[in-house]
Amino acid sequence: MSMNAAPGRPEQARAPLGGGADHDVTSVGARTLRDIALARSGDKGNRATLSVVALDPKDYPELERLLTAERVQAHFAGVVHGPVQRYTLPDLAAVHFVMFDALGGGVTRSLALDAHGKTLSAAVLDLPL
Amino acid sequence: MQDAKPYRIGAGAGYAGDRIDPAIDLAERGELDALVFECLAERTIALAQLQRAHDPQAGYDPMLKARMRAVLPACVRNGVTVITNMGAANPIAAGQAVLDVARELGLPRLRVAVVTGDDVLPWMQANDVPLIDSPHSVRSLDGRLISANAYLGADALLPALQADVNVIITGRVADPALFLAPLMVHFGWAADDWHRLGQGLLVGHLLECAAQVSGGYLADPGHVDVPDLHRVGFPLAEVSADGRAVITKLPGTGGRVDRLSCTAQLLYEVEDPAQYLQADVVGDFSRVRFTQLEPDRVQAQGASGHARPDHLKATLGYRDGFIGEGQISYAGPGARARGELALSILRHRLQDATLSHSLVGLEHRAELIGVNAMHGPRLGADREPYEVRVRLAVRCATRAQAEAVGQEVEALYLNGPAGGGGVTQSVREVIAAASALVPRSAVQPRCCILEGSP
Repeated sequence: MSMNAAPGRPEQARAPLGGGADHDVTSVGARTLRDIALARSGDKGNRATLSVVALDPKDYPELERLLTAERVQAHFAGVVHGPVQRYTLPDLAAVHFVMFDALGGGVTRSLALDAHGKTLSAAVLDLPL
Repeated sequence: MQDAKPYRIGAGAGYAGDRIDPAIDLAERGELDALVFECLAERTIALAQLQRAHDPQAGYDPMLKARMRAVLPACVRNGVTVITNMGAANPIAAGQAVLDVARELGLPRLRVAVVTGDDVLPWMQANDVPLIDSPHSVRSLDGRLISANAYLGADALLPALQADVNVIITGRVADPALFLAPLMVHFGWAADDWHRLGQGLLVGHLLECAAQVSGGYLADPGHVDVPDLHRVGFPLAEVSADGRAVITKLPGTGGRVDRLSCTAQLLYEVEDPAQYLQADVVGDFSRVRFTQLEPDRVQAQGASGHARPDHLKATLGYRDGFIGEGQISYAGPGARARGELALSILRHRLQDATLSHSLVGLEHRAELIGVNAMHGPRLGADREPYEVRVRLAVRCATRAQAEAVGQEVEALYLNGPAGGGGVTQSVREVIAAASALVPRSAVQPRCCILEGSP
């Protein structure tokens, strides 16, 4: 992670992190990512894209600090099976992720109810600040 | 000499089933130059190809006629060019269908351009090339391949746009190219003016999902509020000769156009924002900036681009077995425990090789909607729901096997936990999509003009 990274420069978390109870759990009343950002996910083959946009651009540095590729990968352990790649976009006050092996083989053949991974966007908003 | 007046281009549909009324509104009040309907999802052409095999006049978008009936009167009256990929697997028949609609509407002089050449199935069958994101090659789909269509670029639409037609019908074309092509013709942008093509690509990408840039798919009550989604306005862009654009929507419509709506759409389904691979240009969106000029008016600038790729991407549709599915609901106290018991029963049945319809060893998902069906057990498990819905989905080789899946769930009525209700069953044949690259030399776009006979 680098605050001075060039826009769009990829950063990657490669090693799949273990599952278990070590994921971020939000306690009631705690501030979460949802208080400062919105998210949208989409599909590309068997990869999910996930964008997180600061509601107020002044919160962008916190977004960039909080949402490392490693943390997003840990959050989606058991859902995303491949690496997670991050792109920082300060001009847009957004961080963007490509999550590999995330869609059960891809939209057209997945057994999942949400084959597109559209609902993944909301899951990331639960991360505590 | 550059045209000082901006080119006004609107989005009339962001997917095959999109609402029709917002497109009528744009046709009537948008003062548009062009109205684009993007209606072709990844595997739609394969499904359309199967329909065409049954009926040579079928294979285009089933809503084509309804959409044209709705918008053609205003589009012809106001001089709006309609551009759409609703031709799917049969653009020529789609063009004839548009002429039929025009005759019904009393518009006998309508001119339709049909763009073909995206069908590369014969080439794929003759050339074994690797599949993208797969260890296999096209040969692995032998006997199962239904369709192969290249994503044509904006260049394929240029002759149609220069022919002064009312409607342009295509099959598979890169979605943003449907928007980029009229900008290239109107402003005279060269096919290697990568910077302006990058800007035009940005316009196309922002508009191609229609309301997703004007407030649709954004609302999260109390956090991100969007007014009047029941009548959300579809977007339009006012594009300048240098490629800068203002994204907006019509006054009086619902939704919102602002930095948030535009940024969410900008990054939607893009991988590397600095290298957005498209047929016409490799777009660089990493330094795009959005500036709110007025409420619901956002200026987009800062996109650029690099030389286009040598190959075109093609989508291949192929048969990939069946998915059988069954669901049953449990509600009230202990709903979750009863749902989990039901899943346990189903898992035992899936491991039992002595059953008359054995499903042993098949890839499946057994889950509780309301608990863990979306994001698995780790993210969803700590809340006790009032109601749950058991879902079993199994990948099967045959239709008969897939039918057994729903029957297994239905049998939970008399054989499972207490209080199960609302069983549904489904079987669907899987038409899957794969991708491969095809050299530009193997793809020859063509354009023909259809005219009504008064």
